[in-house]
Amino acid sequence: MKHFRKMIWPYIIWAFVIVVLPLLMIILYSVTKGGNELLNIQFTFDNFKRMTEPIYVDVFVKSFKLGLISVIICLLVGYTLAYLITSFSEKTQSVLILIVTIPMWINTLLRTYAWISLLSDNGLINTILVKLGFEPISMMYTDFAVVLGLVSDLLPFMVIPIYTSLSKMDHSLIEASYDLGANKFKTFWRVTFKLSIPGVLNGVIMTFLLSISTFVIPKLLGGGQYTLIGNLIENQFISIGDWNFGSAISVILAFIILMSITFMKKIDKDEIEEE
Amino acid sequence: MKKRKIGAVLYITLCFIFLYLPIVVTMFYSFNSSKSLTKFQSFSLRWYQNLFESSDIMNAVWVSLSIAILATFISTVLGTLTSIGLSKNRKILKELVVNVNNVPIMNPDIVTAIGLMILFSAFHLEKGYLTMLLAHIAFCIPYVITSVYPKVRTMDPNLANAAMDLGATPFQALTKVILPMLKEGIFAGVLLAFTMSFDDFVISYFVTGNGVSNISIVVYNMTKRTNPTINALSTIVILVIAITLILVNVIPAIARKRKAVDKK
Repeated sequence: MKHFRKMIWPYIIWAFVIVVLPLLMIILYSVTKGGNELLNIQFTFDNFKRMTEPIYVDVFVKSFKLGLISVIICLLVGYTLAYLITSFSEKTQSVLILIVTIPMWINTLLRTYAWISLLSDNGLINTILVKLGFEPISMMYTDFAVVLGLVSDLLPFMVIPIYTSLSKMDHSLIEASYDLGANKFKTFWRVTFKLSIPGVLNGVIMTFLLSISTFVIPKLLGGGQYTLIGNLIENQFISIGDWNFGSAISVILAFIILMSITFMKKIDKDEIEEE
Repeated sequence: MKKRKIGAVLYITLCFIFLYLPIVVTMFYSFNSSKSLTKFQSFSLRWYQNLFESSDIMNAVWVSLSIAILATFISTVLGTLTSIGLSKNRKILKELVVNVNNVPIMNPDIVTAIGLMILFSAFHLEKGYLTMLLAHIAFCIPYVITSVYPKVRTMDPNLANAAMDLGATPFQALTKVILPMLKEGIFAGVLLAFTMSFDDFVISYFVTGNGVSNISIVVYNMTKRTNPTINALSTIVILVIAITLILVNVIPAIARKRKAVDKK
């Protein structure tokens, strides 16, 4: 098989140019000023300093808060869903999981767009509320709409990994726990939940990563003024044209995500070592 | 016991309603004769006619499809060859490639997108169809490698060697022995790459220019006001994806059943 060894070189060259080089360029842009011309660059930390201004700090705090809220809702709803799915026969389980998966494959933009027609002031939900005699609620362009959009977009990413680790679990362990006198709650908490932690962590990482860097959902459901980290980066690159500051924000975003993944992986490892 | 089952069914149904409600409403109102998204006046295919007459949308459908097909083909070939080559290489090189390969998967799309935007502008590549295609190949290859590489690792390398000992050329060994064994992984890679490319918005949005738009970008630009034509487009896209997914999941099951019956 050593004939095939050389086949990786095209990819290595390709990956260097199109994966590694862009990352290096983002870092370079983040510590320089002078716009897009690479010839007359000047090093500076002003881009990072600028991020300590209250408006930008607020954007980071808000993104974090909304991301975390969405992840927690996804975890609670998604864990219950995955857990209940495992209580059915294997055939039913695969059908149910297919139903959970299908929305993942459908364009996020189209699905988010669909929420607009439900949530808008004269949308379907409000029309029903008025018919039932309630006051209409203004839902579009609020935190509620953004979180709702995020949760419906991310829920499958939470359910699938949790379901995978729950369905791989050895059921005799649960029986053993009952035999040894543990009650339902204790068995769930100390056996089932503990064994599903790898799936939970995978789901949390995926949904957190996607929710903190989103910019489509806040733009469509939160309105033009609604700014999260993703929107801030988009503005710098598309409308304002300050690529250096935009790159600095991206470096911070990538750093936050890298730290969260490392932190999650560490929990996972500690859990295993504890056993 | 029975009572708990009813609770489970109820909860699962509620979750599915939550996931599917927007999709179903979109599909339903795409057949509405009026522009309203709340009152269903009468059945009409008016928005479908609009859709097929709109050159903007039809161009975008063409861009989305052609880029998805090209990007899937190129990334499947390159990704599969890389995975096969990878298993025979030194450990350091292997780990390096696997780690670099994970970067576009774990990096937020928006960071990948601006990285590529900066790269293309540094090389003075004009933003348009070509830059979009290159970007799509860039984020599709990692999905192919993550689907194919595990299959390569579990493959018995002696089979390819045996084929060559028996007089097969390396190319024959590759096409007649190795690739058939990797069939499942390659298929999974193709499916993932195609949908990733077809659904992409963020990366395409940053690297395109000159009026080249895919479906996502057209929808994004149209959402400023409600436009039932988008509902018609959604309906078609959703149906195509759902039918494909169901077929992909059902056909192997039927094939397996048939094999079992034949054996009897």
